[in-house]
Parts: sequence; C-alpha cells; structure tokens
Amino acid sequence: MEIWRLPISASQRGKLISAGYTSLSSLSSISSSDLARELKVSETEAMDILKVALHSRGAETSNASCSIVDGAQSAWDMLHDEESLMHITTSSADLDNILGGGIHCKEVTEIGGVPGIGKTQLGIQIAINVQIPHDFGGLGGKAIYIDTEGSFMVERAFQIAEACIEDMSEYNRFLRKDFQECKINMKPEDILENIFYFRICSYTEQIALINYLDKFISEHKDVKVVVVDSVTFHFRQDFDDMALRTRVLTGMALKLMNLAKKFSLAVVLLNQATIKHTEGSFQLALALGDSWSHTCTNRIVLYWNGNERYAYIDKSPSLRSASAAYSVTVRGIRNSSSSCKRIKMM
Amino acid sequence: MANKLISEIPLPKSIANVFAARNISTAKEALSLTEFELMELLDVGLTEVRSALSQISEIVAPPYQTALSLMEQRFQKEHLGGHFPTGLKGLDAALCGGIPFGVLTELVGPAGIGKTQLCLKLSLLASLPTNYGGLDGRVIYIDVESKFSSRRLLEIGLRSFPEIFQMKAMAQEMAGRILVLRPTSLSEFTQSLEQIKVSLLQNQVKMLVIDSMAALVSGEHEQGIRRQQTLSWHISFIKSLAEFSRIPVVVTNQVRSHNHDDASRYSFQVQSRDVTMEIPMRYDSHLIAALGIHWAHAVTTRLVLEAKSGQRFIKVAKSPISPPLAFPFHITSSGISLLSDYGMELMGPEINAIHCQGHNEIINFGMEGLQ
Repeated sequence: MEIWRLPISASQRGKLISAGYTSLSSLSSISSSDLARELKVSETEAMDILKVALHSRGAETSNASCSIVDGAQSAWDMLHDEESLMHITTSSADLDNILGGGIHCKEVTEIGGVPGIGKTQLGIQIAINVQIPHDFGGLGGKAIYIDTEGSFMVERAFQIAEACIEDMSEYNRFLRKDFQECKINMKPEDILENIFYFRICSYTEQIALINYLDKFISEHKDVKVVVVDSVTFHFRQDFDDMALRTRVLTGMALKLMNLAKKFSLAVVLLNQATIKHTEGSFQLALALGDSWSHTCTNRIVLYWNGNERYAYIDKSPSLRSASAAYSVTVRGIRNSSSSCKRIKMM
Repeated sequence: MANKLISEIPLPKSIANVFAARNISTAKEALSLTEFELMELLDVGLTEVRSALSQISEIVAPPYQTALSLMEQRFQKEHLGGHFPTGLKGLDAALCGGIPFGVLTELVGPAGIGKTQLCLKLSLLASLPTNYGGLDGRVIYIDVESKFSSRRLLEIGLRSFPEIFQMKAMAQEMAGRILVLRPTSLSEFTQSLEQIKVSLLQNQVKMLVIDSMAALVSGEHEQGIRRQQTLSWHISFIKSLAEFSRIPVVVTNQVRSHNHDDASRYSFQVQSRDVTMEIPMRYDSHLIAALGIHWAHAVTTRLVLEAKSGQRFIKVAKSPISPPLAFPFHITSSGISLLSDYGMELMGPEINAIHCQGHNEIINFGMEGLQ
C-alpha cells in the first residue's frame, strides 16, 4: 500500500512524500522523533502518522491464518452466518418463497415500481412484521420508518397492525387449540409505538439522518429494520451536478450497508420508476441512474402483469431471478387471490 | 434545518474555523461532500472529519416520533384525524374520512367531466363552519383557465345549504372566504405560491385548490428536460407547503392521448416475453394523465373522473388507504353527487385507465340541467 491511500490529511501526506517516504516499508524502521525532525512536525503528530501506517500495514500482510488479518472472515464461517440469517416475512408466502424466506437482515434491499403498485404498502407491512414475536417465528424487533414524501398513512398502519394481530391469534388457536392461550397481549397501539417515524424534507436532512442513525440505533438496539420511503424523492430535483449526486448517493448507500452489517438489521429502500430511453424505445426503469443500481445488494421490481401485481427479483447475490404474484388487501400484503396454494402456516 | 449555519453548531473551535476559512458556511454544503473530499478540502484527519460530520448530522437530522404519538397527535389536533369530508359518502368512507391533510390529492379526467365542479363544491364546503362539515376557514383557489364561476358557486351553496345561503350576509361571508387567483404565467404562479407559503398560517387558510396544474405547465415554451426540472421544483414546493401547513391540497390535471413514447414495461419484461398480457386499449379514446410519471409518484391520492358508456365515474386510482373503487356520479344543480355509495372494485391497472366514451352526449344533457 502506498502513502497515497493512508487516511491522513493532505498536508501530512505532502510532507511525507517530499521527505522521500513513498511506501509503507520506508516508515517501518523509523522512530517517531526522527520522523518528526524530518517532516518538521510535532512528535505527537509523527506518532499518529506511524500508528496509522502500522495499522494499514498490518492489514496488508496476507496470511493463511485468518485471526491475523484484521476484519477478514473465512468463507466457512460466513456460511454458518448465512444459514442463521434472519428474515422478515412480507405476509405473502409466495413472495417470501422467492425471497428465500423474506427480506434478509444484514443486507440492503431496494424495492421499486410505478406509482400505485404498493411500495408504501409493502414498506408498512415490513415495519409491522419485524415486530412479530419470536414465538411466531418473527424477529421481535422495532422499526425505523423514514418518510420523505408524506406517504405514510398512520390509519393504514393501524389497519395492517390489527390484521397482523388477528392472524397471530388465528395461528395460536389453530396450533394450540387452547382458548385460554388465544389472547395475544399485543394491541395495534403497541405495534405503532414500536415504529420510529422520521419525516425528511430535503436531501440534506436525509444525509444527516442516515449519518445520525448509527448513534440512534446504538441507543435503540432492538431496531431490526430501517425503511426509507422513498430514497428517490429528494434526489430527483435540486441537483445540477449529477456527479455530485452520484457521489452523495453512493456514500449514503455505503453507510446504510455498514449499518445493516453492524447491527444485523435489514435496510429496505423504496425507489420510484422513471422512463428510460434504451435500445431505441422507451422503457420503465428504476430511478437514480445506472451507478445507483450497482450500490444495493438486492433489487426487487414491483410491476403489473395483466391484472395482477408481481414482484421480480432483479438482482441478488444468492437468489435466482423469479417472479411471484402478490396482492394488496385491506389486511395488507397477501398472496394473490388467484394463486391456488393455500397460505402456509408458520 | 438544511440551511443551518455551521457557526451555530457547537463544534470544536479549530474545526469550525477551518470550515469558515474554506467557505463552507451551511450544513448543506458540508453534508454534500464525502468524507474524503472534506479531508482534502479542510486538510484535517479522518477522525476529526467524522466527528464533525456526526455532530452536524445530529443537529440537522429531524426528531423522531413514534407512529402511535403521530396518530394521537393527529386525532387530537386535527379535524377528523386529518381528513376533509367531501360530502360524497361512499368516497369519504373509502378514503377513511375524506381528503387527507398535508398531501396532494389529484383530480384527473377529460375536459368537461366535472373536475372544476368538484373543486367548486369542495371550496364551498371548506369555507363552511365545522358543524356543517366544513373547515371554517379560507380557501385559496388558483384558477388558471378562468373556469371559476361565482354564480355557479352560489347556486351550489343555495341548493346544498339553503339555510345558510338564503341569508345574503351569510352568503357573502362564505363566498368572501374563497380567494381566487388568476396567474397568467408560470412565473406569476411561482411568485403567488411563495407569497402563499408565508401567509398561509396567519390567514387561516384551510385549503388550496390548483385548477389546473397541467394548464400552467403546458403554457410554457420549454420542452423536455427543462420542463421536467421546472415542474420538479413546483412539485417539491407544493408538497412541502402542504406538509408544513397540514391542509388538504387539491390539484386538477388534464389528460392526453397515449402515444408510442409512453413506456409500460421494464427491460426484463421485454426480454422474457412470457405471460405479459397487454391490456386491450382499443377504446375510442385511449387517454392517460398528463404531467408524467414523476408527478404521478408525487401525488398521494389520485381520483380519476371518466365517462364510460354514457355514465360518469369517479375512481380512486391511487390511495394509501382505499381499495381501487369506482363510484358512478352525476352533476346536479347542487354540485356533484354519487349515484351509489357502494363502489365497484376494479382489478388491475384498469383503475388507472381513463375513458371518454359517450362523453359528448353527457355534456349536452348536463348543460340543460345546469341552466
């Protein structure tokens, strides 16, 4: 690794290079007082530079034993992690099937579609389903709902929460057949209390909030999903410099990915559809451009197929491309009524 | 919040000075740069940049609310939990009380279908006292195509609420609450909007009607990308206006014919060519809403007014709470009324289609009734 890539300030870097230190190995055998003299900086500053260089160098040396390499994990260990991955159900068994169980934790999932297809509905359903207790196969966690457009309708969330509790009671009754145990102590108000709602009015607030989430989630460790509805709105206008927009969006996506991994939660980003001119014709595509489409781990497109709503896995590291039908009902997202499969009991 | 000055944020003096020296004075400028860009610009280390950014972010980020407290707040402070009843019972039931506060509701349909009639009725209702189902406040009506008829407004008032409107003083009071603006260009409209935003709360304005949005934009000479950008600004502004004032905003939109430029499929659909069934759009007028897909995303509720086989329908095409229902309606001397409070549920994207069949007959017939 060269000096260029060290996370030190530009002037420190400049001084190192003009003093002749262009590679890390050249720094390995010098003491901090000598370095301070050569660079004409204070000794504490020289010590900091050496510390940074040592740390970076340590990460460089590739070694068979993983414990020496900082932050690496062997594929075998990762397999164990992947198998114990938690999912958040979407309440539609068909949709859960193609998703490999549901929305994955520790990953960023982008969901996009035309207006009225059900993005916000799915977002609200996920914010509620994350709260399903462990006894019913859920995560028992809380949700953060970041609303950039004002689409979150609290009465609808109440409606879906009510239906979720009814379904759990139904399941309880079916399985336990003990009418005493039927009563779930959850009320829709309790579910609404576990949704942290933020309303964003500009892209600056959006960036600031995503920066702040690290601290917020450290203080509220039971948050298991972050839903952003929609990630697009504030970035579709107000940006004359497209390159800046790409940099800001990429930075945001990286922070969200770090959040997902650090706190083992799911991040769901809702995106809008736009019209793109490709291959000589106009087609629908998700907004925010080509560079953005690389940043999210998973991408699901919601679309109309005849009279049905369908979800298509456009991009995923582990799932195959597949579509499934779903429907938006008064109780929330459910299997499409034309599907002849019965709803699977958990 | 976005324009918060760096000088107002409690940062360590050294870093605050550096920000000032490099001419980064607002939080917006600081947050628009990546960490590495800031390191380069300010000539400080990564940890200092990170700590400064996290302090700025914490101050600029909006506060949170639990969904429960949001609901309680709405039901305590706002009329019917944040809904404005239209008086059309079936529609109000579907929309969970009425037109929602704080977001955009769009009325779209072909010419002469009844959009302005509905706007007049809603304006009148909003001016009425709360015991008559109104919002007891002023209404700002932006009339782009000069379709506002005060005579018609008073006729609707007289027929629907005779006890109020028969008294001249009361009629004057109610009609006096509806303020009509007639901007002749988009820039005039923009200026009016900015003025409105400032005076909204002080002047007890309880509803904003823009009739019609499409006419404003189509009058401009810019085409393509430039037009999209101008519209984007207005969309954003009107949404934020609705949001912070928590009033219902009703916007009307026109229709245009479907041309081959309109996309309806994704690239993966084109490639797979499997079960995709084309909706047979073989009606005499295949119409779609004007203003594009960005606008369609920005409105929260879309009500489509159309004519099919000589009967008018009002359909809930997009709504966070209502299923896709269509209600038959007709226009009478007392405004608009539903012929049935039980809506027909429509499947699929059919709810978004806008029909115009047998329309001419209705207009002529309707006019006689209005005389």
